[in-house]
Amino acid sequence: MNEFETLTVSVNGFPTRIWRKGSGPKLGFLAGYGGLPRWMPFLDELAKARTLIVPSLPGFPGGDRGHSILDTHLDWLLAVRDTLDQAGLSGADLAGSSVGASLAAEVAALWPATVGKLALIAPFGLFDEKNPPTDPWAQRGDAVPGLMCADPEIWKVMKATPEGANSIEWPIEQVRANEAAARIFWPLGNTRIEKRLRLIKSPTLLLWGEQDKIMPRDYAEVFAKGIAGPTTTKIIVGAGHLAEHDKPAEVAQQILAFMG
Amino acid sequence: MKLMWFHLMPYTELPEDFRDANPSVWVDIHSSLFDPKRAHLMYNDFMDELEYAAEVGFDAICVNEHHSNGYGLMPSPNLIASSLARRTSDTAICVMGNSLALYNPPTRVAEEFAMIDCISGGRLIAGFPVGTPMDTCYAYGTNPSQLRQRYMEAHDLVIRAWTERDTFAFNGRFNQQRYVNIWPRPVQNPHPPIWVPGGGSVETWRWCAEMNYVYCYLSYYGYKAGRATMDGFWAEMDRLGKDRNPYQAGFLQFVGVAESRQQAFDLYGEAAEYFYGRCLHVDPKWATPPGYTSEGSQRAGIESQVKKAADSAVRGKSTGERFAAVARGMNAIVANGYVIIGSPDEVAEQLREVATQLNVGHLMLLLQYGNMSKELTRYNTKLFAEQVMPKLKDVHASWTDHWWPKPMHASQRAEIPDFMPRLGAE
Repeated sequence: MNEFETLTVSVNGFPTRIWRKGSGPKLGFLAGYGGLPRWMPFLDELAKARTLIVPSLPGFPGGDRGHSILDTHLDWLLAVRDTLDQAGLSGADLAGSSVGASLAAEVAALWPATVGKLALIAPFGLFDEKNPPTDPWAQRGDAVPGLMCADPEIWKVMKATPEGANSIEWPIEQVRANEAAARIFWPLGNTRIEKRLRLIKSPTLLLWGEQDKIMPRDYAEVFAKGIAGPTTTKIIVGAGHLAEHDKPAEVAQQILAFMG
Repeated sequence: MKLMWFHLMPYTELPEDFRDANPSVWVDIHSSLFDPKRAHLMYNDFMDELEYAAEVGFDAICVNEHHSNGYGLMPSPNLIASSLARRTSDTAICVMGNSLALYNPPTRVAEEFAMIDCISGGRLIAGFPVGTPMDTCYAYGTNPSQLRQRYMEAHDLVIRAWTERDTFAFNGRFNQQRYVNIWPRPVQNPHPPIWVPGGGSVETWRWCAEMNYVYCYLSYYGYKAGRATMDGFWAEMDRLGKDRNPYQAGFLQFVGVAESRQQAFDLYGEAAEYFYGRCLHVDPKWATPPGYTSEGSQRAGIESQVKKAADSAVRGKSTGERFAAVARGMNAIVANGYVIIGSPDEVAEQLREVATQLNVGHLMLLLQYGNMSKELTRYNTKLFAEQVMPKLKDVHASWTDHWWPKPMHASQRAEIPDFMPRLGAE
């Protein structure tokens, strides 16, 4: 059923997972908060029309402990640039969600020639005191699923230990994903990306879950105004912060239609 | 053995319905609950209590650091310690301690501790805690993923600042300082003894063993719960081929002494229930910033739960998680061993057992807790000093304490004029 390939590259000396599926022009995807501990239906949807390439980011599932040596924002951006290059995504269209969307936008800003079209699902990176994002790291454990997805079951299933997986290492890997996000975005989520948006020349699609409980939907406007390239904003009805998991078909269809 | 008198400086007037009406005693505790004029009296009472403990013969008086915390009013323990340095003469001053990663640059810790060591004539014990998640990650905004790396680097910087004779450049991952050259320098040579309070991670045990630092387990759950942690520390020391010198360990214990066990139960019940009920009421959302607990400790914690090991309630658990499982009624508080109560003989007997079973040479005693009044604190302290302390002096007598301050000789030390409060009539 899920006939995807798994490759491993080395980023700063850490083994890094690259998933690949489908045919046609390349499209990269950088996962959101929590990463991709397992293959998800959204990826199948994108792979229907494109060669989908999904590199793991440092510290996120498939990214080993690569986050542990990244101390500055520049360290992070160089690691992401390196990962994309090794995944064969230089020059390709790029999509990202949440924390991954923020890094995709940064790469498009700093190295505009290496990114084709850009699709961003509720990116991190901004902080408005009057309308702050929800703090994902100060939550009771049982609150997280409902903050990440409109349907909390989707998050729970994605994060549940699969049959046969190491029952000690799996939960540690999920904490590591939250730690990696914290390492980039602690404490406010504010990387001052706003200052770099004008450098993004790519045509950009902004997608936001109608029920996003993490990133205020008004932030879409800040991105749309700031980005130099042409932007389109779409709201995904019935979706939460990780809209691609709540509504895989709709989100994939929006992205594929935009990328052309 | 050494008997040390520890103050947390809790705000003593949290309302009775605090637990129900407020989400947390820490991080987002509401400012409306804080009355600065009442705090004026509390601080002065607390400092009187510390000075009194020194006067009646405790080996050390101890203070610690917390932020945005309703049970710990010392964001800067160094301020209190410097005042204590002037109002005491021979007692060790234990600052337990400064959360190294929170100081920018961490050179500040080297400087302030050197000041206290100079003012006190070499009586300082330098505590280096990582700090709780609430203090470090939430109240102070430190990145949990970098906290331990920053702590280790700050430690190296402080040690170099104390020991290198010439101005040097510090080229760290997180701290760069072109000219490090602290004035003043510590009296104690090469530097004050270093004590490390830790939560029970293998990494911390190993580090204390290798660096020859005192490992302190400062839990609020008494000797029964502390046993597994201290056993773990000594097992690691054995594994590394180190001496089982009890003075390389410290342990915190709540105590209430009275004429009889029943009287102690009645006298200290309210204060203990105030502490365990109101002071440890922490919103679980502040418990686990990702990265704060090392992966090694997470692994040990999960394994210990799988095995239902004796330490499964604490291994790999953060401060907040431990608080959530705490008992709050006096019967359970005493039964669980959180607070040791009884007549002087009974308390001495129990503490002797704690010191021997846990192999601990430094007992840090909480004789004030919760909303305990100044009078009751004084009574507890006096009775302990007069009737418990003499019964414990022989414990661990065959060992030498290599981790105790080495002050200047009394004849070399400054004469501190007696403090003479002016009488109202003058």
